[in-house]
Amino acid sequence: MKEEIVIAGFGGQGVLSMGKILAYAGLMDNLEVSWMPSYGPEQRGGTANVTVILSDKAISSPVLDTFDTAVVLNQQSLDKFESKVKPGGTLIYDPSGIHHLPTRTDIKVVPVDAMGASIELKNAKTYNMILLGALLACRPIVPVDAVLRGLKKTLPERHHHLLPLNEEALRKGMSLV
Amino acid sequence: MEEVKLMKGNEAIAHAAIRYGADGYFGYPITPQSEVLETLAELMPWETTGMTVLQAESEVAAINMVYGGAATGKAVMTSSSSPGVSLKQEGISYLAASELPALIVNVMRGGPGLGTIQPSQSDYFQATKGGGHGDYHLIVLAPATVQEMADFVGLGFDLAFKYRTPAMILADGIVGQMMEKVVLPPQRARRTEEEVRQQCPWAACGRRGRDHRNVVTSLELDSAKMEENNLRFQRTYAEITANEVRYQEYFTEDAEYLIVAFGSVARICLKAIEDARAAGVKIGMLRPITLWPFPTTEIARLAKQVKGVLTVELNAGQMIEDVRLAVEGAVPVHHFGRMGGIVPNPNEVLAALEEKFSIKF
Repeated sequence: MKEEIVIAGFGGQGVLSMGKILAYAGLMDNLEVSWMPSYGPEQRGGTANVTVILSDKAISSPVLDTFDTAVVLNQQSLDKFESKVKPGGTLIYDPSGIHHLPTRTDIKVVPVDAMGASIELKNAKTYNMILLGALLACRPIVPVDAVLRGLKKTLPERHHHLLPLNEEALRKGMSLV
Repeated sequence: MEEVKLMKGNEAIAHAAIRYGADGYFGYPITPQSEVLETLAELMPWETTGMTVLQAESEVAAINMVYGGAATGKAVMTSSSSPGVSLKQEGISYLAASELPALIVNVMRGGPGLGTIQPSQSDYFQATKGGGHGDYHLIVLAPATVQEMADFVGLGFDLAFKYRTPAMILADGIVGQMMEKVVLPPQRARRTEEEVRQQCPWAACGRRGRDHRNVVTSLELDSAKMEENNLRFQRTYAEITANEVRYQEYFTEDAEYLIVAFGSVARICLKAIEDARAAGVKIGMLRPITLWPFPTTEIARLAKQVKGVLTVELNAGQMIEDVRLAVEGAVPVHHFGRMGGIVPNPNEVLAALEEKFSIKF
């Protein structure tokens, strides 16, 4: 098993932390993991992306050109990464703010209205967990239980009261697919 | 069994320093290595092991604090990224001339000048050829994984103390910023004052009954004595070259072409090699782990077996000079590199192999 994932969007959308939770879930599931961020002046408003690799074998390159799965959260990221999904792969995107829809027919294209769902949950910060749920529904690469344990590991203890809300968001995201 | 953790390479360096029992860290923030200092500040080792962690007023101050600490026999280190390491060169030259052990970490970014904050390997010349003035070398370790970031802290300190010479971890923005699994070394106690005095009889840490004063200096105005010093340094370098070359080979047994790459770039090349072998082309790789001393003999041996050598570096071609010295014209040696903080993907490495050696995948 090997899954090569890119998550891309605006800084502040939770792109890096979504990747981090996924990487920790892989750790919990005894997989080899690699988390390679685009680092730099990419705070709120700039673009940010992260490459996450989960594998049952040792991982060679943490830098990739093509991906099994892409999760894209803005137009720039869609423009950049649609062509980089391997044939037969999966492209998950949030349609809010997307003017030019994906056109490829050789991949599975999954729109997920995570923005709308986060409004329903009355908490914009649940956005990335909703998308992570959608990702897991499309690509069940790690068990939900591992994600929840991974989340607990990444979240400082003072935020642990938010764990149930995050689980709700994760499950809501899974139900959207 | 130690717990498997997930962390960035920079964080692993901080954890490993505390666990080694390091006495002091002196640094100044700069991307992409600021997490070293940040993690040390967060872990507050001064409350546990007693390790000093200090954000200096500049890189120059930090390396001179290292110089002072090292002169007293303490296990001290600093870290920075390319422009900051340039600032430290005077101090590094003084450390080498004073025969002091110390650990310097460079998480390289693209240059010259302030350049970019993105990954690079363009400080290869500076690290391996003596970045400061004078005839000297550092022991240079090039980690390719977060695990090696952690492991090379202890290795770097051990070698520095064994040979009384500064050691450098030459990493890059990729291995500094990426997270992967790591098993940290066990926590060791810091050496006691008595242990420091025993291990470092040269240390300037108080005379206390000794029949002479220990003087640590890089200055020697008597040319005959200075040449004696130089010859002693060279003997040490010869001993290091004879004993401490480290490297890793990948798929070299039946390789028809050889890649030489270090650090995170070696991992990108490994993926390219896997793809090439799937297409039936036998590529192998040698990854130097010590950039100085360089695995010259090993590359010369492999050059007899292959049709050509490709060095892949995040620079305009620096390590290729050492590879060519090793190959001595036996086969063509080509370079492929990206600069400016751009990191090639495995497909670009394959394309370079195709172009340079007229092979088809």
